[in-house]
Amino acid sequence: MALSVLKPGLATTVQDTGRPGYYNVGIPPSGSLDQYSSLAANLLVGNAEDAAVLECTYMGPELRFDRPATVAVTGADLPPRLGGEPRPVWESFAVEMGDVLSFDFLRSGARAYIAVSGGFDVPVMLGSRSTYALGALGGVGGRALAAGDELPIGDADGAAPGRSVPAALRSTHPKHREIRVMMGLYDHRLTDGGRRAFLDAEWRLTTLADRTGFRYRGAALEFRERVAPFGAGSDPSNIVDAPYPIGSIQIPGGVEPIVLHRDAVSGGGYVMVGTVISADMDDVGQSAPNITTRFVEVDLDGALRARRERADRLEALREAVR
Amino acid sequence: MDIRSPLPGVFYRRPSPESDPFVEPGSPVGPDTVVALVEVMKQFFEVQAGTSGTIATVAVADADMVDAGQILFTVHQS
Repeated sequence: MALSVLKPGLATTVQDTGRPGYYNVGIPPSGSLDQYSSLAANLLVGNAEDAAVLECTYMGPELRFDRPATVAVTGADLPPRLGGEPRPVWESFAVEMGDVLSFDFLRSGARAYIAVSGGFDVPVMLGSRSTYALGALGGVGGRALAAGDELPIGDADGAAPGRSVPAALRSTHPKHREIRVMMGLYDHRLTDGGRRAFLDAEWRLTTLADRTGFRYRGAALEFRERVAPFGAGSDPSNIVDAPYPIGSIQIPGGVEPIVLHRDAVSGGGYVMVGTVISADMDDVGQSAPNITTRFVEVDLDGALRARRERADRLEALREAVR
Repeated sequence: MDIRSPLPGVFYRRPSPESDPFVEPGSPVGPDTVVALVEVMKQFFEVQAGTSGTIATVAVADADMVDAGQILFTVHQS
């Protein structure tokens, strides 16, 4: 054991690069919602890219180290303190045996990532240490951290403290975001006005935003009239059950679109009017309640270009922090 | 001295809709006194005063959205 949880925070979970390959049997990929920041945290402390980190939502935990380590905090601007003294974000620092890591109030973003040299060494389940709380899988007992938990840390010397991510490669978290989407597969169910309203509206994130999905409010969308096909519910937003990709946007009742994230269910009976491109899913994960969002339509070429740009940025991060 | 919200969400002054508010201006509080709830992700987080004194003002209307770090109450310290 190497780390004791004094206070768990609101929803702090062990996450890594995720558990792909089981969505067909209903087990979602899970993993850090902001993979870029999670990777940065691991690089800063000299961990392997797939080492497990802590994802802290809106609030930081209070942790006591029972051995020396190198630590880094990235993602949301959640200022760390070590023994009450401020520590930087996006920069690794040393902790000594007995040190207590705590956090100030969140300044921007939604999820901070804590990496510790050696990584959090919880059991690997289906190829990943990520917590999928709805399925009680992975992490610490398949759940968020609780006070009194003891977290094992893997053996590693880690990087020397003082590694830093250059300013240009640090994520920022504006109050308004533009999130790129590819429309479909069910946008034909919206009227022309409904489709336009979806792309024109300024959507505001509600408090119903967690690892499963992010629910927004801001407009009511009109659906085309139809006779419900056999197997579909009677609401105009219902379809015959279909698989849901991560990032897909369903709109129950034509109000409150929900962007599904990495702990989502694998299928269901709501239209998906579009899907957030993979390159922008980190930004969704860093959205906190009251953040406004516009969904911007891109085509497949645009989505692939964004994916290449993201891959370049990840490579730049690896180069800069190595 | 201020009591700030530790997290973003919806601010509630009462434990349930039929209940009296946790505190009113003039109410004495201690560090552990629960003064409000903030709801986010279907969870209700109890906000504690974190200081001793009496509530001076309530800075946010019931059921309004608050950001992390936003002032919820001001306190006359004892």
